[in-house]
Parts: sequence; structure tokens; C-alpha cells
Amino acid sequence: MRIELVPRPAPKAWARALAPVAALLVSFAIAGLVIWLLGRSPVAAFNVYLRDPLTDAWSLREMIVKATPLILIAIGLSYCFRANIWNIGAEGQFVMGAVLGSWLALAIHETGAGAWVIWAMMLLGILGGALYGLIPAMLKVRFGVSEILTSLFLVYVAQLFLDYLARGPWRDPRGFNFPQSVTFDAAATLPTLFGTGRVHLGAVFALIAVLVTVVVLGKTLFGYRLRVSGEAPRAARFAGFSQGRTTLLVFAISGGLAGLAGIAEVSGQIRQIIPTISPGYGFTAITVAFLGRLNPLGILAAGLVMALILIGGENAQIMLRLPLDLTVAFQGLVLLCVLSADALVTYRIRIVTAGAHA
Amino acid sequence: MTTFEAILFTIVTASTPLLIAAIGELVAERAGVLNLGVEGMMAMGAVSAFAGAIVFDSTLIGIALGMIAGALMAALFGLVVLGFAANQVGAGLALTILGLGLSGLIGAPFVGARRDPIARFEIPYLSDLPIIGRAVFSQDLFVYFSILLVVAVAFFLMRTRPGLTLRSVGENHASAHSLGLPVLKVRFLAVVFGGVCAGLAGAYLSLVYTRFWAPNMTAGRGWIAVALVVFAAWRPGWALVGAYIFGAATVLQLHAQAAQFGLPSQFLSAVPYLATIIALVILSARRGTVIGAPGSLGLPFVPER
Amino acid sequence: MRDDPQANDAPLVELLGISKRYGNLLANDGIDLRIAPGEIHALLGENGAGKSTLVKILYGVIEPSAGEVRWRGTPVEISSPKVARSLGIGMVFQHFSLFEEMTVAENVAVALDGAGFGEVRERLAEVSNGYGLALEPDRHVWTLSAGERQRIEIVRCLLQDPQLIVLDEPTSVLSPQESEKLFDTLGRLAGEGRAILYISHKLEEVRRLCRSATVLRGGKVVATIDPKAKSAREIAALMVGAEVGDVRPHATDDAGEIFLQIQNLSLPSEVVHGRALHDIDLAVRAGEVVGIAGIAGNGQGELFAAISGERLSADAGQIVMGDRAVGRLGIDARRKLGAAFVPEERLGHAAVPGHGLGDNVVLSHHAVGETVRAGFVSFDRARRVAADIIRDFDVRTPGTNAQARKLSGGNLQKFVVGREILRSPKLLVVDQPTWGVDAGAARLIRQALIDLASSGAAVLVISQDLDELFAIADRLAVIHEGRISVTRPAREWTREAVGLEMMGVEPSDAH
Repeated sequence: MRIELVPRPAPKAWARALAPVAALLVSFAIAGLVIWLLGRSPVAAFNVYLRDPLTDAWSLREMIVKATPLILIAIGLSYCFRANIWNIGAEGQFVMGAVLGSWLALAIHETGAGAWVIWAMMLLGILGGALYGLIPAMLKVRFGVSEILTSLFLVYVAQLFLDYLARGPWRDPRGFNFPQSVTFDAAATLPTLFGTGRVHLGAVFALIAVLVTVVVLGKTLFGYRLRVSGEAPRAARFAGFSQGRTTLLVFAISGGLAGLAGIAEVSGQIRQIIPTISPGYGFTAITVAFLGRLNPLGILAAGLVMALILIGGENAQIMLRLPLDLTVAFQGLVLLCVLSADALVTYRIRIVTAGAHA
Repeated sequence: MTTFEAILFTIVTASTPLLIAAIGELVAERAGVLNLGVEGMMAMGAVSAFAGAIVFDSTLIGIALGMIAGALMAALFGLVVLGFAANQVGAGLALTILGLGLSGLIGAPFVGARRDPIARFEIPYLSDLPIIGRAVFSQDLFVYFSILLVVAVAFFLMRTRPGLTLRSVGENHASAHSLGLPVLKVRFLAVVFGGVCAGLAGAYLSLVYTRFWAPNMTAGRGWIAVALVVFAAWRPGWALVGAYIFGAATVLQLHAQAAQFGLPSQFLSAVPYLATIIALVILSARRGTVIGAPGSLGLPFVPER
Repeated sequence: MRDDPQANDAPLVELLGISKRYGNLLANDGIDLRIAPGEIHALLGENGAGKSTLVKILYGVIEPSAGEVRWRGTPVEISSPKVARSLGIGMVFQHFSLFEEMTVAENVAVALDGAGFGEVRERLAEVSNGYGLALEPDRHVWTLSAGERQRIEIVRCLLQDPQLIVLDEPTSVLSPQESEKLFDTLGRLAGEGRAILYISHKLEEVRRLCRSATVLRGGKVVATIDPKAKSAREIAALMVGAEVGDVRPHATDDAGEIFLQIQNLSLPSEVVHGRALHDIDLAVRAGEVVGIAGIAGNGQGELFAAISGERLSADAGQIVMGDRAVGRLGIDARRKLGAAFVPEERLGHAAVPGHGLGDNVVLSHHAVGETVRAGFVSFDRARRVAADIIRDFDVRTPGTNAQARKLSGGNLQKFVVGREILRSPKLLVVDQPTWGVDAGAARLIRQALIDLASSGAAVLVISQDLDELFAIADRLAVIHEGRISVTRPAREWTREAVGLEMMGVEPSDAH
């Protein structure tokens, strides 16, 4: 027996749009089965994961809090993935953005510096992420080294560097030896919205990133350039679009947005430096980007869905004693299903049993 | 055993899982499939082997289960990238995320458990050699097997007809298809072989190297195995050299941490990752355009019928 | 040799009512074909007529939707190339099914089911000596010329002692002299009683070589003829279904000032196993068509990249356009100086396969046309340009939003050539303008190139098709292994002289 793919004459636009939804449903079904195999009730899990968070205000706010970094990072990644450039080190760029931004927060600690600080921190965050993202980009352009591997290894390096800072030079001397820095001054804290104390200005940054990207990808020559580079690199060269410059630009953009997400998370949420500042946002955002079909509005929706599942996962850990790893596994499952669904939009599946001729 | 012998000994054990996983990935890539899910397959191999060994109180069953888990993960990957022609980079990442998550799920009840060390086999006469005798020739069976695996895979690829078929499929899938070679079938088998190797490498980690299981214990070794294949320019012999260099880097930085040179431990922990990046840069820069990847590496193939 | 005295009359292979459907397209429609042992049978047809589909069915690469294949009178199911080989069918592919990084011996062994490696080497030597097809078993394929590569395919095929040998456009990559040698080999094989199915669109060689021919058009058999009994013109009319007229040449004497000047251009190879360019000197004047002949893979693509600016030269002065040294300028800057380019590969280089025609206009117009303003693309304006091209160049397409990959080769080529000509360039550089294009489109494109030159533009045509170059070029040069010959008026060249240059043989009077 084998599977044959038969190209569809004209893939339907609605099928393309619905593919991620179908992939999500299939993933839910498989996850439900796993939960049932673990001896828990899939119905209860459904309630905890998907229904309950949508019905109370605290969870809804939490959803925006978690969706903020996911959307910011995934929007950046969509620039890379559209150009068929594989930045999988957003987690590291997130950390380095947070580090560079936080350096200023710690440097002006208790100096009474003004409101400019937080904005300078945001810029430094973007700069830190972009510069860190430019390392794999330069290595690819200059030496032809696979950006997949280098960007990933730099994640480990960034995490270790942050760990070193939190336990070493940036540790609060009056912190009873806990691996954490001093709490940021008010001037170094990102304002919160709606008086919630949780949802911070980063959510607005994410929304702006989505809207700007809608225009950039849909209307500008740069957006066109990314589409061409991703689909036909030789045609991009024919058009005069340098592949090297494209690589550097998209890594700078995605690194910058990941860095912004990092400093926003630290200054808006955590408000100090600790050894681990991300539950893997940089990796989850890869799933978000593909679940959103690399489309900015799709990413906005996908980011909210994935945030919902992250919160559901935390609740399920407490209420159903379901391990948090289930959420991680689920992300991998969704990504696999989304990628497969893409193929099924383009091709029809034909199962051929041995020797049979159609 | 002297300290030096002990270091040498641990270098060998640290290198072995890298080598086994890299050889598996090398075979898959020679067939034209880029599977970035090694880390996930390894994690699944590690947890399944450990859980199996505890539950059945048998290291052998544990190892078998580790290999089966790797194979199943690889088969899932094969279905997605070969059956559905999905993007290989994306699917490989997904497999890694899935494997890390699932392994945590399966392993939760086994955190904190320990296994006894497995038997070592002293090779007569050779184990009496000075310095390397005890470090290299009185190791566990995995170590000898991994060396054998390198030789066998090298022989298979360069000297046998199925090996020739596998290389052809990876070199140019359109040509291979028009000659009637079963491109997708060969690729599927190569991917599953890669999964079995990654599973075995994971089993070695949890049953021999650490003898316990912890979440994320693979710690990027699967990724290093992928990098090793590039480093080795897709040749098994060089994968052996590479694995031992990186094994040595890992072990030496651990010893350096213990020796407290005054360098922060995090900097030393970053050494294997930085070394990998630097090795890739040096190789790519020096290699220029002479030795390339298999011609069809990473490209989806949909045969026209 | 044969036991059956009837062998020469009874067909070796018969195709009965073979059809192949792809979606709404019938690539083969009820094709009947029979070939007797010892017969060299031609399969004629335009690009897109269904020849390749039919031979892929015969070799088991694709399966027919309907119909039957009989081998020595018995119905057979050729489910894979392996089955075809075991029946005695051998295949020489047009775009070679070879593996660049592997040795000659490995390339042969991979298709020989079940033979040991030692045995393969022995028989390889045997067959290549026996037929005078010299091959070194340990050479890597990427080091070999197109002619040598074809030799591998033929030897590989002969090692299986085939009764039917299928050759798909075998001379398209050969010089005239190499083609002669191939014809000798084929005559010898037919003399041994082997049947040969010879696929071509070159009428002269078919008329020389074959006594019977099947003509395909639009997936159907339109005639089975004796090609020697008909004129090339009559056969062409059968293939095309209508008279395709010749192109109108233009007077060569009105060439003006030099617009493109290449001096001492050398470029190292950029990709694995690519070609380096050595000391290229070439000039193209306004108002003339200069042709560059050569066998594929001798540096044509590299030369195109150097002239277009896809690759930069070492010195600005190595390439001059008008009065500007452009060697260090990119492709967009050269476009702004009035240059336009059409690369060889339509899909993936000249056009993005998955993008609509409107979007594909932006590809080469964004720096020079009206489609982009202040970084913003007007896709409406791009679609209007596409509509103009579709109208002026007779591009058959459902509309400006149709994906490039959905167009036939001829229609897409008309589009990408039209996209450049519509800009009224001062210089047009075209690599393989009519490669794999139907006769009607080829004629339209060639005429457009001539007309462009007549209107005062400099036109440089790189082509493997000697007939095409002799039909449209005012002056000709030949490229071989990255070096270019002197440029001479086309009427001073003979086909033989071009053929010798294509193989790198110095003409004896050159010294």
C-alpha cells in the first residue's frame, strides 16, 4: 500500500483559509484521545482548556498577556518564513532583547531618571534582538552556514548568558542570594492598560506590528520581494533583489520584534531579571506563525488561540493534574497538522493498494 | 584508573550517543530527507527506554522500546513529509517540539528513578594497552556497536547496491524516479533507520550515560547530531571524528567547570554550542563549493504517475 | 540470430488506444503505434504534442489512463521502468537521468537490476569498446560534456541488451558532428535487429534516419508516414496543423553604434561544477541581432548572468552599455540604462511559478516602469501592463491573474519576451528564446526579436538551436567551455564551421 498525491487542478481559496482550522480540530481530537488514554476525561479537559478561560475576565486578560509576545515574535518570523529563511532562534533574540533593555533599567536604578527610560529600553530591546538575529544572518550570507542550526544554538547561548547575569553581576545584593535582580523602577516599567495591572503596552505594540505588516506584505515592494524570494530565489535575483540583503533584513526585523517582545515582557510583566524569562515563547511562536498561515491577521488569531491553550494548560495542571508537557506536545502536533493540511489543499490523496492500477 | 584515563573514558561515553544519532541522520540525509526532529526522537527514545527498563526491569527491553519509539516518531515524520509532501524543516521542528512534550508526559512518573550501570566488556589484550586500553577497550557494548555502525553504514553506502540506490535517490530524485527507483519507499526506510538510531542514542543517554531520566535531558544533543552531519560532509568516517571532537568539548568543559578556572560555569556550558557554530563556519568557509549536500536534500518529491 | 523467421514483419511493440488524462487535459488521446524489429521509427510532434508522455508510458514511468501495450503480440502491463527493462525496452532520456556526483560506473550500475559491481565494470568496458563509445568508468559525471553524458545513457541502455531503444530528442544537446556519430551508432543497432523509437522535432534528421514516422498533434496521431516520401514542409504542416511561415529577415547594413561592449570578461565559476568565463570579447550594435551558438552547459547561463548584472564583474569597464561602464552595477541599474533580459528558464527564473501574470510584471518592471511608486506596488497598474502584453503578443491565458505555471511553455515564453519588449529596450539579451516552445510561438518570438532590432535596438540571442540562429542573427559567435569565438557575419559561417567551434576544434586556417 502506498499514498499517492494527485495535484488538484485549482486549489480553492476557502480550503486554504480553512486548512488551519481543520488542522486545529484534528489536533484537538488527537489530544483528546491522549488525555483519555491518560485516564482523564476529555470533556473535562475541553472545559478547562478551552471553555473556562473564555468565560472569566481574569483569564481573558491573561490570554492577551500571553498572546502579546507570541504575536510579536510570530509576526517577525512571518517575514523570515515568507522569504523561506529559517530563523528558529527567536527565543534567543527574545532573551537578548530583554537583556540589553534591562541593562538600562538596572543602570538607572534609583537615579530618578525620567519617562524617557522606558522608551529607550524598548529601542535597546529591539536593537539587542536585531543584533543577535544578525549573527546567524551574517554567518549565512558571508560563509553559507545553515541559519537553522546557528540560530538554534544561539538560543542555548543566550539562555546561559541570561542565567549568568541573573546569578552573577546583576543579582540583587540584598536579595538573600536569590538569582534575581532588583525590581525595576517605575520609570523602567511598561505602563499597563485598562487599569488591569497585567495587560501592558506590549499588546498595543503587537497590534501595531500586525497592522503595519498587513500593509508591508500586501502593498509594498518589500513585501513583494519576500514573496518572490521565498517562492523562486532565482527570480528574485532576476528582479534585482539581493538574497543576502533579504536575509539580513528579515533576520533584523524578526530579531528586533522578538527583542521588543522580550523587553516588553520583562519591563511589563516580570519587572526584574530572573534566570528564565520565557516559557518557550520563541518556539511556540513558530507554531503560531504557521497556524496563522504567515498572514498577519491569521497570526493575530492564532496567537490568541495558542495563548488560550497555554492558559488552559496551566489550569489543567492544577485542576486535572495534567502535566504542562501536554501543552508542549500539543504545539508540535498542531504544527505537524498545519503543515500536512497545507499539502492536502494542494493535493488530493489517493491510497493505492499493492499492484492495483487506477 | 588515572584521572586522564577517566576523562578519556567519559569522552568516549559522551561521544557515543552523538555518533549513533548522527549516523542515523546521515543516512536519512543521504537519501535526501532533512529530519530536524532528531532531538525529539532522541528524547522519546530516552524516556521510552528508561520507562521500559524500569517497568519490565530489563535493560534489553528498554533499549528495544527506545528504538521502537524513535522509529515510530520517524514514521510519523515520514508520513507527513513523504506522504503529504509537507515542508521538511517545519515538520522536523514540529517533531522536536512534539517529542520533547510527549517525553515529558511519558516520563513524569519516572523522574527520580535510577538504573544500575550496565555491564562493560573488556576486550582481551586490547584493554591492557596503556592509557587507551581502559578508556576505549573496556567500554559497554554500545560503544563497540557505534563503531561497528559507522563501518557498516560506510560499507553499505559505498559498496552495496541498496546503498547505491539510496545515494541515487538523495542525489537526484527525478533521475532516480525515471529509472524506476522507488524514491519514496527508500526515503521512508532511511528516515525510519534514522529514527531507530536516534531512539538508540536516547536509550544510551538515559540507561547508560546518566542512568536516570529528566525532562529535556537531551539538551540539544539531537541538534548537535544534525550539525555533525554537515560537519562530516555527509561521510560516516568524518561523523565519527566529529562526534569525538564534540564529545571531548562537552566533557572537557565539565571538567573545567569542576576545576574552577574562575570562568563562570555558564560560559563553559556554552562551549559545545559555540564550538559547533565555529566548526560550521570554518568548514563552510574553507569548503567553498567543492563538497555539497546531497542534491535533492530537503526537497519534497511528488512522483508523477 | 532469431528463431522466428517472421520477426521482421510481426511488430515488436504495439500501442493500442493509449490515453493519458491530467485533470481536464488529454495529453495522449487514443494513440496507436507499432514498431517492428530493426525499424527506426520516428515519433514527430511539436512541443506539447504528447511525445514525452507517450514514451514515459512506454517506459513505465507513468501509467496510462486507458489503452493497451503489446510486446511481441502479448498484452503487457509496464508498471515500472524495471518491468520495461526486463521486457527489453531501453531509454535514453532527453534531460539525462544521470547523477552528477556519482561515477560513470555507478551511474550505469544503478539501472542494471541485480548485476554485481565488478560485472558491471567488465560489461561497461565491453560494450563501450564494442560500439566505439569511449567512457572512463571512474570519472564523475559532472566533469563530462553533454555528448559524453549521452554516451553513458546509451551504454547503460545497451548493457541491458534491449530490443527496443527509445531516444528522446537525442541531438538537442549535440554538435552537428556528434549527431553524425550518433546516427552511425543507431544505424548499427538497427542492423542488429533492434528497434529504435526516435523522438524529435528536427525534420531533416528524421528524413535521413527513418523510414516510418508517427506524427502527433494535440495528443492524437494525425498521420503515419514515410518521412522520405514527404518534404520537410509537408511534415511540418502535419505537425503544426497549419503553415507556419518563415520569419522576415531585416537588412543588416543599417546597424548603428555599438551599444553593448564586453571586453576581457573573465568570471570564476560561482556554483558547484559551474563554468568559468574566460576573456570574453563581444560587441552588439544598435539595430542588429547577434547570435551566440553553443552546446548547453558551455557557459551560456554564466554569460547571461554577467551581462544582465545578476553577477557583477571584477571591473566596471568589462561591460559597457551605451557610454556607461556597468560591470559593477546590478541588474536594476542596467535596466534603467535601457537594457532588458530574458533568461533561459521560464519558470522560477523569468517568472515566479505561483504568481499571477500581473504580479510577474513587477519582477522586471519595478525599477523602471510605473508599477512601483515610493516603495508601494500598484498591482492594478501591473495587471494593466500584463493585459497589454497578453494582447500584443497573443498570449493565450484565462486572464492577468492566471498563475505563470498554468500557462503552456509557448504562451509563457511569449509573455516573458513580451514583458521586456514592451518596455522598448535599447538592448535585449535573450537566453534560449524558443527552447521547448511550439512552432507558432517560436515564429512570433523570432519575428519580434527581428522587429526589435529593426526598430534600432541591439539584440543578443544565446541559443542552442542553429536553425534559429541562422534564421535571425546578423552576426554569429560560438561559445565553448566559457570562451567565445570571434564574431562574424552569419553568412560567412557554415554549419560545419559552427559545429567545430561548438566542440572547441580550432578551424585549420586559424593558425
